Amino acid sequence: MIISVENIGKKYRLGEYNLKTALRDVKNKFTGNSISADENDRTLAGGNFVWALKDIHFQVQPGEVLGIIGKNGAGKSTLLKVLSRVTAPSTGTIKIKGRVGSLLEVGTGFHPDLTGRENVFLNGAILGMNKKEIRSKFDEIVDFAGVQKYIDTPVKRYSSGMYVRLAFAVAAHLEPEILIVDEVLAVGDAEFQEKCVGKMKSVSGLGRTVLFVSHNMGTIRHLCDRGILLQNGKMTMDSGIENVIDAYLKSNAMLLHDGTVPENASLQNSGEGRWERIVMHNRKGEMTNEYFYGAPIQLDMEFDSQIQLDKCLLGIQVKNHMNESILDFVNIYDKSDLPLNKGKNQFRVELNNPLHPGKYYLNITMARYNGVPIDVLESIAEITVSNLGETADSGYPFGWTNGYIKGSGIWNKG
Amino acid sequence: MPEEHWDIIIKPKKKWYDLELKELFRNRDLLFLFLRRDIVSVYKQTLLGPLWFFIQPVISSFAFTIIFSVIANMKTEGPSPFLFYLGGMIPWLFFSTCVVNNANTFFQNQHVFGKVYFPRLLMPLSLTMSNILKFSLQLLLFLIIWFYHFYQGNVAPNFYALLLPIHLLAMAMMGLGIGLLFSSISIRFRDIQFIIGFIMQLAMYASSVIIPVSSAGKYKWIILANPVSAIIENFKYGFTGIGYNTIPGLAYSYGCAIVIFMAGIFAFKSAERTFVDKI
Repeated sequence: MIISVENIGKKYRLGEYNLKTALRDVKNKFTGNSISADENDRTLAGGNFVWALKDIHFQVQPGEVLGIIGKNGAGKSTLLKVLSRVTAPSTGTIKIKGRVGSLLEVGTGFHPDLTGRENVFLNGAILGMNKKEIRSKFDEIVDFAGVQKYIDTPVKRYSSGMYVRLAFAVAAHLEPEILIVDEVLAVGDAEFQEKCVGKMKSVSGLGRTVLFVSHNMGTIRHLCDRGILLQNGKMTMDSGIENVIDAYLKSNAMLLHDGTVPENASLQNSGEGRWERIVMHNRKGEMTNEYFYGAPIQLDMEFDSQIQLDKCLLGIQVKNHMNESILDFVNIYDKSDLPLNKGKNQFRVELNNPLHPGKYYLNITMARYNGVPIDVLESIAEITVSNLGETADSGYPFGWTNGYIKGSGIWNKG
Repeated sequence: MPEEHWDIIIKPKKKWYDLELKELFRNRDLLFLFLRRDIVSVYKQTLLGPLWFFIQPVISSFAFTIIFSVIANMKTEGPSPFLFYLGGMIPWLFFSTCVVNNANTFFQNQHVFGKVYFPRLLMPLSLTMSNILKFSLQLLLFLIIWFYHFYQGNVAPNFYALLLPIHLLAMAMMGLGIGLLFSSISIRFRDIQFIIGFIMQLAMYASSVIIPVSSAGKYKWIILANPVSAIIENFKYGFTGIGYNTIPGLAYSYGCAIVIFMAGIFAFKSAERTFVDKI
């Protein structure tokens, strides 16, 4: 065993620290009241605490590559901070054998006025290497970053790409027994990212122990053997990486509660009817808003109409995180005539899914055939397209995305 | 079962007296790289470069000479007012820069400290060392002017001048200690950053930099209460043979240096563990 984490907890104070809270802390110290007396009393202003981590237990064997998975706010970063000694835990003990190199960020401590060469030494030492080690790796680092020509130029003159490449190169050549990595792969251009993932893979191949946090399930699956899943500061799973990724994706499924469209959700409404229920599921019929790469999106929708139409327009727009429309589904494109009856109408829609991995939002529109809207729901549903495919080889093949939509063509060699 | 050996044990609290010196020693390369960075980066892209090290004490000594000696006609000791002020300013600047720089340790480095672990004490130590280097350069300047007076035969150096390295150490310990105390408090209360410049300025006027102890009259005790005063006086006495020099005064200064240093280090060590969450 190379790392043993026992009962780790980390508590944060909520609210501002001011003279009042300071005085209360002092009073508590003298009266012997431990702060924990009011820690869960949320009525006390400034006296609120929250456990960002609680009862974390796990052990890591030498050579293992452990993925730490969880949503934003689940406690991943806090756990890494505690493991890399940036901040002390509130409870528990961590025991570690050997040196720890932590990469919570690339380029920590880079000084803009110093040259590339000076920064390689400084940054290397900050990350825990001694001068001798850095000197022996120096050429390799510069080579990896591809900045030979600029190595004696202050880094403030570097392009942001060069800067990041040099920073990552230093980090990648760390050789501690244990490496802690937080999403630093999300830097640089596509080509460089691939180089980084390759480097990570080779590092873990050398029997180095790696703890790795990322949102990119593809990278995690590619690099890790085992995973732990954090939810709201608690560890809910410790298992093989496939199981953990699976559990993570399931836990992530967000629905419109039971599918009921809330009142006043409409962006526009003519008063002639309204959407009542929108339920999303996958091909297997499971309710979800997480879809495998390329897997069709199915919607069951219910519209309550006051009017009778021979033909209506049913539209679903997909928007990206910037709220830009990127994809448009309308029944008219598919020459599919749908009548609208008075009272409740059920629609069942299956959309092909050319979306690249990412998070998207749906607008759902009911309109007259000429386009005059009846009820428009704005960003009513969030969907996530994962970079994993339904089968092991149908996933998204790259570590980055270009655009939002997969195109297709016929490819021949002339 | 045999006791397993662990290199790192992370717990919520460490023993308060544990200064983790071993770890500090292991990271000595980093100390010197920080030192280099502190020196090199400050005067990059300046025309005069390291000359700025000299300009600061010269300008302020010159200003003091004009204002206090020529215009206000205040008494100084020694062969010339300029030498008197310079001999006070150089050690004082060293001390006050140590305090001010170190008081900002947590605030200025919060980003780096929040991302990677290395013994936090390296930062203030390297800053203090870079100040020692600056002091040594400025001392050269003092010696040049002193030598001019020596050549003229109007100074009487004595063996107290040899105490200089110890004086320097004592001032470094005091500056570091006070700076670290301030930086530990400033994690929670940024007020410190506002008042520190102000405090140091007042402290300078309440020291023997401007008013020699011999002419302070009934306010002598204020000046002597400032632990830097006795050191400055003794430094001047050693080189010029004139000045207020007592062994108890020096003992008081050295005693303060040790106490302040220890207090600063322990305060810093206990603050560093969770400051990231609080700053």
